Amino acid sequence: MLACAASSVVVLAAIAFFIFIQGLPTFQQVGIFDFLFGTEWRPTQGSFGILAMIFGSTVVTFGALLLAIPLGIACAILLAEVAPPRVRLFLRPAVELLVGIPSVVYGLVGMVLIVPAVRQIGGSGFSIIAACLVLMAMVLPTIISISDDSIRAVPRAYKEGALALGCTRWQTISRVLLPSARSGIIASIVLGMGRAVGETMAMIMVIGNSIAFPKSPLDPARTLTGNIAVEINYASGTHASALFATGIVLLVFIIILNTITTVTLRRGIHKYAEHLT
Amino acid sequence: MFTRAKSRLMMFLATLALVIPLILSACTAEPETTTVTATTTATTTVKQLAGTVTTSGSTTVQPVSERLAEAFMAIYPKVNVVVQGGGSSVGIKAATDGTVDIGASSRELKTAEKPGLVETVIAWDGIAIIAHPSQSIGNLTKQQIIDIFSGKITNWKEVGGADKKITVVSREEGSGTRGAFEELVLTSANKMVATAILQSSNGAIKTTVAGDPAAIAYLSCGYIDATVKVVNVDGVAGTVANVKNGTYKIIRPLLYVTKGEPAGLGKEFIDFCLSDAGQQIVAEDYITIK
Repeated sequence: MLACAASSVVVLAAIAFFIFIQGLPTFQQVGIFDFLFGTEWRPTQGSFGILAMIFGSTVVTFGALLLAIPLGIACAILLAEVAPPRVRLFLRPAVELLVGIPSVVYGLVGMVLIVPAVRQIGGSGFSIIAACLVLMAMVLPTIISISDDSIRAVPRAYKEGALALGCTRWQTISRVLLPSARSGIIASIVLGMGRAVGETMAMIMVIGNSIAFPKSPLDPARTLTGNIAVEINYASGTHASALFATGIVLLVFIIILNTITTVTLRRGIHKYAEHLT
Repeated sequence: MFTRAKSRLMMFLATLALVIPLILSACTAEPETTTVTATTTATTTVKQLAGTVTTSGSTTVQPVSERLAEAFMAIYPKVNVVVQGGGSSVGIKAATDGTVDIGASSRELKTAEKPGLVETVIAWDGIAIIAHPSQSIGNLTKQQIIDIFSGKITNWKEVGGADKKITVVSREEGSGTRGAFEELVLTSANKMVATAILQSSNGAIKTTVAGDPAAIAYLSCGYIDATVKVVNVDGVAGTVANVKNGTYKIIRPLLYVTKGEPAGLGKEFIDFCLSDAGQQIVAEDYITIK
């Protein structure tokens, strides 16, 4: 067991070490500041700025979460508390099945259905909006199934106590069950966010991968993961190194994002809990 | 005694004839002219080749390389030709490093890449301008194409079409097709517009254009089918026929690059590609060298 745990740490360290070695020349040549805050990405012509991709990743991730969190938690409440057992028996496996669908299939559906639909609003359809919608669909099952589990894990006595004290059903859910299940719900959101930031294939297929800084939600953009995946096939020399440097940024980006979300969500819910007492 | 000695000598020679190409194929990277002549004489007399040839590089060249390899292996069953993709830059680098015998490129070599490499043109390819089948515009001047892809023209009405924002679709940076297009059409004075939708394969380019009525893109002639419309450039359509008769000007070579002069099995394979039989295979998708 300890060996297994240790090996995963070793693997993580090896990955980090490897991309740092490969990407470091870029930081030295371009400079960290120019690399992070440059808006021009033309690696074969000597411009290595990834601000547009950092922005793209952030916007798409938060956009998708903004859509997925309320929907996901609502759906989890429905599954855990409201839906009759027969509906649950049918819905829960369906949600679990969604988790297992390969991302390329989500991308394909996005490309065929969502992109043309967004094109009706304006632009080419390959856009931040399309990416957010596809990503929302991918994140939802994670949020639903883990939140559902954690709401159902709240001790029965809590619920019965609340009802016995005269709480309505909704009061019981919002004031007792949800705050009690908060750590599980936070976990579901953090996991969902991890999937959102790391998602590559589906994003490449619907976001357009443009290097320009997006000006509206209907504009195409590019994510950090997409930047690596789209270009690594044909990259060599400094271009390849710049892509590894993108990987470093992505790694740090995910660590920062995870920390921020976990901390703020915990604090927010603590405050909410204090407010109740 | 005499006959036994003679048969031994024959045996020895036969073994030698079999072994020499094997040894030589193992050291194809060495650009020695003496070995080249040695192989050719050995093979013409025995007509038996054995060993492995490895190639990697451009995904545009890959399909044709695979068919060429198949035909080559059908003639010489003991030869194994390994064809890998990876992209032009990868192929060129692999040939320089000596990790493959032959690197495939769908663009001209950059000056920095040239030292030590020998290029052999195995085919020509036209780069056509394509749009959605419903597009009313059938012809664009080269200048208009430059302006569209560099972002100076952003609406189809500026070139006489409907009032619709143009969706420029392009390959990603590093792609051989994009490199050739930038070199042949945009030239170094113009940059690809930053808002262009980027797709990372020829197939994805075609699908994107086929689905978007406002799209424009460039695509290798070999990939064109009825799902997209070919837009004429200065009155000439980018079709295989027009590339062949010399009227269509946006063309690029498909290259095999080797470290030093081709040698051993690698040379045999390239010679086969250039032969009539090989060029017949090339002609299925691209334009022969003659």
